[in-house]
Amino acid sequence: MEKVLTKNVRPDLSYVDLKAYEASGGYQGLRKALTMAPAEIIDEVKKSNLRGRGGGGFPTGVKWSLVPMGGDALQPKYLAANADEMEPGTFKDRLLMEGDPHQLVEGMAVAAYAIEASVAYVFLRGEYQLSEERLRRAIAEAYEQHYLGKNVLGSNFSVEMFVHMSGGRYMCGEETGLLNALEGKRANPRTKPPYPAVSGLFGKPTIVQNVETLCNVPYIVTNGADWFRSLSLTQDGGTKIYGASGKVKRPGLWELPMGTTIREILEEHAGGMRDGVKFRGLLPGGASTDFLVEEHLDVKMDFTEVQKVGSRLGTGTMIVLDDQTCPVGMVLNLEHFFAQESCGWCTPCWSGLSWAEKALDAIENGQGQSADLDHLSFICKICAPGNTFCALAPGAVEPLQSALKYFRDDFDRHIGEKRCPWKA
Amino acid sequence: MTKIFVDGRPFDVPENQSMLQACLTLGFDLPYFCWHPALGSVGACRQCAVKQYRDEKDSRGRIVMSCMTPVAEGVRISIRDAESVSFRAAVIEGLMQSHPHDCPVCDEGGECHLQDMTVMTGHAYRRYRFSKRTFRNQNLGPLVNHEMNRCIQCYRCVRYYREYAGGHDLKEFVLRNLVYFGRQNDGVLENEFAGNLVEICPTGVFTDKTLKQHYTRKWDLQLAPSVCVHCGIGCNTSPGERYGTLRRIVNRYNGEVNGYFLCDRGRFGYEFVNSPERLRQPRLQKGGQGETADGPVALVHARKLLDGGKVIGIGSPRASLEANFALRTLVGQERFFAGVEDEEHRLTARMLEILRSGLARSPSLGEIEKADAVLVLGEDVTQTAPRMALSLRQSVRQQPFELVDKLQIPRWLDHAAREAVQDAKGPFFVAAPHPTKLDDVAAATYRASPDDLARLGFAVAHAIDSSAPDVPQLTDGVRALAGRIAEALKNAKRPLVVSGPSLKCEALIQAAANVAWALCRAGKPAALSFTAPECNTLGLGLMAARPLGEAQQALKSGEADTIVILENDLYRRAPREQVDALLASARHLIVLDYLETSTTHKAEVVFPSAPFAECEGTFISNEGRAQRAFQVYVPEGGIRAAWQWLRDLLIASGANGAAAWQGVDDVLKTLAGSLPAFSAVPQAAPSAAFRMAGEKVAREPHRYSGRTAMHANINVSEPKPPDDPESPLSFSMEGVSEQPPPALIPFFWSPGWNSIQSVNKFQQEIAGPLRGGDPGVRVIEPAKPTEPDGPAGPDGNARADFLGAPPAVFEPQPDRVLLVPIYHVFGSDETSQRAPAIRELTPKPYVALDSEAARRFGLNDGDLAEVAVNGAVERLPVKVRDGMAAGVAGLPVGLPGIENCRLPAWARITRP
Amino acid sequence: MLSSEEREEIEREFAHYPTKEAVCIDAMKIVQRRRGWISDESLQDIAGLLGMSVDEVDGVASFYNLIFRKPVGRHVIMICDSVSCWIMGYEKLRTQLTSRLGIKMGETTPDGRFTLLPIVCLGACDHAPVMMIDNETHRDLDPEKIDAVLEKYT
Ligand SMILES: Cc1cc2nc3c(=O)[nH]c(=O)nc-3n(C[C@H](O)[C@H](O)[C@H](O)COP(=O)(O)O)c2cc1C
Ligand code: SF4
Ligand code: FES
Repeated sequence: MEKVLTKNVRPDLSYVDLKAYEASGGYQGLRKALTMAPAEIIDEVKKSNLRGRGGGGFPTGVKWSLVPMGGDALQPKYLAANADEMEPGTFKDRLLMEGDPHQLVEGMAVAAYAIEASVAYVFLRGEYQLSEERLRRAIAEAYEQHYLGKNVLGSNFSVEMFVHMSGGRYMCGEETGLLNALEGKRANPRTKPPYPAVSGLFGKPTIVQNVETLCNVPYIVTNGADWFRSLSLTQDGGTKIYGASGKVKRPGLWELPMGTTIREILEEHAGGMRDGVKFRGLLPGGASTDFLVEEHLDVKMDFTEVQKVGSRLGTGTMIVLDDQTCPVGMVLNLEHFFAQESCGWCTPCWSGLSWAEKALDAIENGQGQSADLDHLSFICKICAPGNTFCALAPGAVEPLQSALKYFRDDFDRHIGEKRCPWKA
Repeated sequence: MTKIFVDGRPFDVPENQSMLQACLTLGFDLPYFCWHPALGSVGACRQCAVKQYRDEKDSRGRIVMSCMTPVAEGVRISIRDAESVSFRAAVIEGLMQSHPHDCPVCDEGGECHLQDMTVMTGHAYRRYRFSKRTFRNQNLGPLVNHEMNRCIQCYRCVRYYREYAGGHDLKEFVLRNLVYFGRQNDGVLENEFAGNLVEICPTGVFTDKTLKQHYTRKWDLQLAPSVCVHCGIGCNTSPGERYGTLRRIVNRYNGEVNGYFLCDRGRFGYEFVNSPERLRQPRLQKGGQGETADGPVALVHARKLLDGGKVIGIGSPRASLEANFALRTLVGQERFFAGVEDEEHRLTARMLEILRSGLARSPSLGEIEKADAVLVLGEDVTQTAPRMALSLRQSVRQQPFELVDKLQIPRWLDHAAREAVQDAKGPFFVAAPHPTKLDDVAAATYRASPDDLARLGFAVAHAIDSSAPDVPQLTDGVRALAGRIAEALKNAKRPLVVSGPSLKCEALIQAAANVAWALCRAGKPAALSFTAPECNTLGLGLMAARPLGEAQQALKSGEADTIVILENDLYRRAPREQVDALLASARHLIVLDYLETSTTHKAEVVFPSAPFAECEGTFISNEGRAQRAFQVYVPEGGIRAAWQWLRDLLIASGANGAAAWQGVDDVLKTLAGSLPAFSAVPQAAPSAAFRMAGEKVAREPHRYSGRTAMHANINVSEPKPPDDPESPLSFSMEGVSEQPPPALIPFFWSPGWNSIQSVNKFQQEIAGPLRGGDPGVRVIEPAKPTEPDGPAGPDGNARADFLGAPPAVFEPQPDRVLLVPIYHVFGSDETSQRAPAIRELTPKPYVALDSEAARRFGLNDGDLAEVAVNGAVERLPVKVRDGMAAGVAGLPVGLPGIENCRLPAWARITRP
Repeated sequence: MLSSEEREEIEREFAHYPTKEAVCIDAMKIVQRRRGWISDESLQDIAGLLGMSVDEVDGVASFYNLIFRKPVGRHVIMICDSVSCWIMGYEKLRTQLTSRLGIKMGETTPDGRFTLLPIVCLGACDHAPVMMIDNETHRDLDPEKIDAVLEKYT
């Protein structure tokens, strides 16, 4: 199968410089884009069925078309690459930034051109210091060759690009939390509407897009929407970087056609379960997705199909639960994370998740009561989408609600035996 | 109007508001926390959830936050829907997770929004069985108490403090369920409006620290509608009493005046009423020794002193209309003197003339808030008319709102609106001799001497209307600034000019009037607001008293030999030697006051008068609004309202008319009849005869407790409540069961709404006027030049011609500085200064120098300097304050020790 | 007092944003890179430079987990406690570390050499369990490897 996003990524992950990137066709997308009208690019991206790779899966072209264009629009407009990647179990954007940073720079330049943004930020996770180093290097190289800066490649289009290192919080990845963080504030989310495309960073029209999403953009421009859709096995266009972690034989990342089945990823690419452990379930796309189990292995990993079986594609990097690992402990670990990362803005989230963590902790440590289980279900209901201010809490309760469904016996055993059966 | 459906029933509601606001206006009990009518919606607490349906057929619906949902034609919601009911209960359960459930020992108990909402949602049983988070509390100074464990993370405090009041030292820290609202370190809250946190906080995190010293539950307080006496703005308050002492003050909503908020001077200044320095019995001076006497004895004695008939009266801007008028009646119009510095007296007369005969209207605070371009000329508003500063701070949002509207963001969607405009502010200009607290919202500031400030004002007027006097010798910079200000004011829809008498500069006042009139002549509805130093400055001003300076003359010439001083410490009005001389040349001195002052010390007879809260009285605010303050409780001892003492003196001297004065209604009737300027004043509040269904308005809440026990140490049988024939209120819990007229609301309460948020139930529309109209009656209106024979100013003619001429350029002197007055919200006001909590925040006297001037005089911050001014020498520590106008230095006004320095004045400053 | 280097570096960031406040987080990171943490004094200096109050800056600082408001050791060990690492043996690793160093999570060794902190998913889940010491990520760890890793840091 054709590798698109990872074709330049070297096995030793060494730096792919501008020359090497150009040699593989790099910056052709930008060159071509500059010959097109912004609206044409947006149209092509719409037709490509590119959907956001940051977890939400929103159609990218549609989002861009919300940006006010032309002389009346508020200036400057902004583009932000969401490189915060803090969702537990997710490690794909890091590969793209370390392995082929110019690809992101080009993707951002094209996207900025398409929405007529003149300032672009890479909002980068604070711990990703190798990514930082490489992106800064790539940006400097790109400036030198006039891919960035004033009058890009002699055109009328100018764009400045900066790297912003995060202070560290999961909420910074939420697109409006990210805007507040970029403004030097606490990363609380913002009211929507207005959508950032209309009133975003510093009050100006802003597009926030995941790293992987942006990396796809130059290829869509170069090769067209039809080609892009043809890469996929399903409706959603393109390839997808899938990943697996947990007790599988070969944890890792693979660029595969969108819509590859879970089974293929798990068994062929990840090599199946490690010896001595059995598969029990998985979170298909990071910590904030619902568990899937054995019966779902033949589900195609795309936005539509995974949703049909009650979970979400999310980031496409799955976390595998095996039979030697306590599901209650795993959910406790997850809810600890979410409770800790709740920004503290809305009540269902900050109060519900901390309560959930405490209840799970009690159950895992032999102090659980059956009322705790009812209350956990109740919290899942309270934190449903729409009830909270942003998507953190609804995401947070996805693994919890599905664990209560698929691993109910394990919870009951903990409470009945007043201990964790997995602990010696 | 828009039609919405609530639980299937159609309602017409005003547009441009949130569903929550609409539902509350309709009278539904919908719980909320993070929303506040003055702060708008941010959707944090999720307490206001309702079901919204797509259309008639949709029966599933989805949960939405009513505070985040705009009303729109045909929108259908349900409050009663079971899922939203249970969601709301769950939210309360979540909020209460770490709450200590300490209502019995919490100051907020009984007036707690959290309690009310908990009851409203039906959350009664605690399922949470894990450990609670706990916090350390901070010492935030003498005004506001901090108890963080009660916090429910609604973010109202920081939103109010930072976004509304412009404070920077209160912030939220950390995240998740551990958000901490406080300061980075313990310390006094810096904002002058911090006290509103007490009412903004829906639970007991921020409470009134002064109340804590003498705590009483809300339902045990006896309250009355009152008016703040600590500056000229006239904010409406509800003071509460128990056991004969005043316990606290809370805001009394008036949509046109103070809205939801007070300043800290107004909220916490009340404790002077409880001061040990209060005068409680008449006192006669005999052989150099003061001796208390009964009222009748003192009256007889005083009457003898008055017998000669050569009496002058000195009125007071802090005394009520009734008291001033009674004194004026006692001594006669010709012998009635204004108890203020002559210059202030003159300026007050000027301001009144400008407001009554000119083109521009004096705006209410509500209107000030809506101004979209503002020039502040020579006033440090935060210090001289604090509550107005809070309104001005909101006015800078008006112009940026246009962008918000364009983006189709509802203005009440608070954070979205703020994020859209970021730091953009409407045109707001401050011209003052030194930095002011409003500079942070100013598009430009101008620092200059009073004369140069006036020159700027004249230049602005000239730039708007070239027939206004031109200003010679203007620098390019100032001309450009004037042009910029003129442009901004001209382009505005509701321009406003603010000035006042603080700098004792008539040219400033004229310049301000000229700017406003120039705008009016150009067809703009410009507003002109003057600050007034005291609560009844304008009331006294309208009585046309003689200047104080002439009193000396009157005594010298033999026109008079006896002085009656009404609630006035002359030593704060004029230099000590002058007052000494004046008092020394009087044979007899009678003083009425409630606090011991340097003036009462000299009196032959002292009558203990009643301060606000202990008597009824009417005051005229800087807006020109006459407002009634009612008596809260009957004081112990020989205290009576000043007008009552004066009436009795009148009767004793044989004035028959006065005998008919039973209550303030009678005094005001005479006043209105004899001075046309006051003709509307009696309408400020219903008369004593007012009844609803035959009943009076109760000053005590239904649940006032312990009435049979509270005096048991004196007498086991419950005393009969005092009668109150003088007002439509009763000293009792029995009274009207419906909402009284707005001017008579002693406290806000409604079943299920025990907190101050119950004001919702008293408003015609949430955040709008009270039902029946906001209290008070305007007695000052501009002339109407458009009506050919309409009423105009006192002289009958509308003034459209410009006033005065620009002063000469200010010349800084190498060896001297022009000392200008610096006002302090805590300290410059006479009465609040004597409240312990305010005293703690009052600065010590100092002289403020720019660092350049300090260098020139060889002084550093903190050094003692000798300040030679007005023929006296003061030794004061230097405060280096950068940004003072060149050639200008500052001296605080009214602080103990330097209260009688007459400023501005040239001064020499030297190292001792 | 901020060093002139620190100030210059912060001021260079001003060019990247339309407001000074936006530089707040960058500024703290710039100072922290040199001093290890943000003291009250640094907080004040940064606030002064950005025209913010200390309360405002600390409100931001206390939100983010990579801003340290307490002194740290010469090396900061951040051990990933998120789900993949947890599955792959985080707890054993933590036990090993705390007992080797003689400190609890969140503490600093008495010799000031190490501070031990938990961190969320480091994006290296295919090599779990992992930890980061200063700028370096250590992958595929097990308790036996710990000593060798720690040795590199003095
Ligand atoms: C709590 C939370 C954390 C998120 N973290 C990230 C993230 O780290 N990276 C990311 O690309 N998107 C993240 N998202 C999704 C973003 O909100 C947003 O949808 C995304 O950046 C849009 O880009 P895309 O359409 O290209 O995916 C997060 C969402 C939530 C609610
Ligand atoms: S769901 Fe609410 S508290 Fe949780 S992160 Fe989002 S806004 Fe913050
Ligand atoms: S009042 Fe609506 S969310 Fe708080």
